[in-house]
Amino acid sequence: MENTQAFWMILVIAGVTFLTRLLPFLIFPASKQPPKMVAYLSNVLPAAVMGMLVVYCLKGVSPLTYPHGLPELIAIVLVVGSYIWKRNTLLSVLIGTIAYMLLIQWIFVI
Amino acid sequence: MRSKTVKQAFLASIPVMAGYLVLGIAFGILLEDKGYHFGWAILMSVLIYAGSMQFVTVNLLSGGASLISAAIMTFLVNARHIFYGISMLSKYKGMGKSKGYLIFSLTDETFALVCNGAPKDCDPKKYYVCVSFFNQCYWVIGSVVGALIGSAITFNTAGIDFAMTALFVTIFTEQLLTAKDCFPAVAGVACSVVCLLVFGAESFLIPSMVAITVVLLVYGALRKEGGAGI
Repeated sequence: MENTQAFWMILVIAGVTFLTRLLPFLIFPASKQPPKMVAYLSNVLPAAVMGMLVVYCLKGVSPLTYPHGLPELIAIVLVVGSYIWKRNTLLSVLIGTIAYMLLIQWIFVI
Repeated sequence: MRSKTVKQAFLASIPVMAGYLVLGIAFGILLEDKGYHFGWAILMSVLIYAGSMQFVTVNLLSGGASLISAAIMTFLVNARHIFYGISMLSKYKGMGKSKGYLIFSLTDETFALVCNGAPKDCDPKKYYVCVSFFNQCYWVIGSVVGALIGSAITFNTAGIDFAMTALFVTIFTEQLLTAKDCFPAVAGVACSVVCLLVFGAESFLIPSMVAITVVLLVYGALRKEGGAGI
């Protein structure tokens, strides 16, 4: 693709990406009270979306073939366990990531 | 208080740093591989700033897609951001001049950190802006490093992107532990898993969002009859 064309494409993609982030703020401006339904959703969505993001991160895991999602399962148990114990995000992310890297590089080598 | 807020924001953003540097480097390598030098990496990471979409963009560029199809593709891949906006309507109220940047930089990971709220002793506005800005810096730096020297990295980084999953898991756990009502969190996972099984890994996000919205609305309406909800 020519440079000018590539540049325009990047601008379009950047514009649409910003639009998806901006849309709710355009439709429900801060000056007006959003409809009750939207206010309710805005309260309950964060927890639900975080659940969706976790599933999204794990979408490539296939429980039926080796290693049956075990590295992910073990690492997540460590993350949740250490988090309940210490309530420290950074610590839990560190433990989980190191454990996962060791698991896939040394133990469940494909 | 100023420096304390910056420090807290930096500490909170470290998990994202790990993930963004690695994913950014992967993106830079891919882009360089298709014949676009680091200047393009900077341009895309500054202007688009959306992880998965930038990977798709590399394919669109090398495949010579039309502008219309690029726009539609972008909308579909990033539709989940609409959810983030709805969730942030009240939190980003009164953010003044910073609001534009806060909205522009609302990626999955920034959303997750902002969702967690600002520490008690911090100025929320400054905290959110710092977290958003630090995250974008990691992403830009990662993609430039990838485009410049990515192929020279020999350290085995396989699995380091699990930092992102771990971050989402801790925030999800925090929400389960502190929420008065665990239903939204559980519904989010349940709807997504069902949609993943039905629609497959490539196209389950949009059905999941629809399902989550419907389930939560029905739940709210039912609770209303009991005196709570919508």
